[in-house]
Amino acid sequence: MSIDLKLDKAGDAVTLSVNGDIDMSSSTKMRDALAPLFHTDNKVVVVDLSGVSYIDSSGIATLVEGLQWSHNSKNKFRLAALTPGVKDVFEIARLLTVFEVFETKELALAP
Amino acid sequence: MIRVNNLKKSFGEGDKRIIVLEDFNSHMERGQITSIIGGSGSGKSTVLKHLIGAYRPDSGEIWIDGEEVTQLRGAAINNVRKKFGIMFQSGALFNSLTVEDNVALPMREHTNLNESTILIMVKMKLEMVGLRGAEHLKPAQLSGGMVKRIALARAIALDPKIVFYDEPSAGLDPISIGVIDKLIIDLSKKMGITSVVVTHEIPSAMRISDKIIMLFKGKIIAEGTPDEIRNSDDPRVTQFIEGSPDGPIPFSKSLTDYGEELKEMSRV
Repeated sequence: MSIDLKLDKAGDAVTLSVNGDIDMSSSTKMRDALAPLFHTDNKVVVVDLSGVSYIDSSGIATLVEGLQWSHNSKNKFRLAALTPGVKDVFEIARLLTVFEVFETKELALAP
Repeated sequence: MIRVNNLKKSFGEGDKRIIVLEDFNSHMERGQITSIIGGSGSGKSTVLKHLIGAYRPDSGEIWIDGEEVTQLRGAAINNVRKKFGIMFQSGALFNSLTVEDNVALPMREHTNLNESTILIMVKMKLEMVGLRGAEHLKPAQLSGGMVKRIALARAIALDPKIVFYDEPSAGLDPISIGVIDKLIIDLSKKMGITSVVVTHEIPSAMRISDKIIMLFKGKIIAEGTPDEIRNSDDPRVTQFIEGSPDGPIPFSKSLTDYGEELKEMSRV
């Protein structure tokens, strides 16, 4: 599986939009794109998951790494627009409440 | 997801030949839980061993995710095996490795994931089976129920499409059985995992299954929803699900008459 990634910088926020299925073969690509975003220029890092219908545990673990990086760098880390299938995986992993989750990318970017 | 056509298996040759599986047919659908029940020697473990590629049938086909697997060898069968996880009855954990390393093993062997990602995944799997915090224990330090739960965590390490469970509840206390049952249901219904459960824990099979197949002497004698099995008027099914010692399924597996055999002994 492959994923398409798109970065949008707006002010002091950056959004990583992911399209495609996130699995063991594609999650490293998302990790490589996400890791450099946690620096002082980006007060808010948003991952837009509206284009993701499937995520496996390696994808969730990569987002947990994002949470760890944001904790260390003091950036805000937010997830936006989880599709029902993705939400189920977060639920079964008991991680829905660990993240800041927003209905839309716009809400996630709001101050 | 899994289709089995006319599977047949026998052991031995000539007059010692025993048919252990005869005309086994089934369709296990995506996200559904199929339990295979039956007494010891009924053929249910033989079915499982065929499904995981450990046995080759005498005849018949097994289709997994669109691929006929009975004739596959080497790398080809290993590629199919990556699609499924197996929870072995004994746990089959490596005693020299910690829980963390046991669960991480398939991830380290079969993926290029970063080690920090793997360690988070291990923690997630352990949380799912209720054993987060046991990372640094060795299998010898675990109870039987804990070993099963770690075995399940390892079976789902690579997020397989299919999980085969070999007696997942045997030897567990009722709460642990409930935990495993819920986990099997959650994995199937929320993640679309196809589950095949070999068990003789009837209450558990009734709770979790979309479909139950009952085997007797290598043949399917009943197939249906838990309610259909519960209401079966086949006396063999009724005896098995009620756990009755008397009925058409004999306790003794001996094929010869007991009295005759004792009398024959005097001639030796």
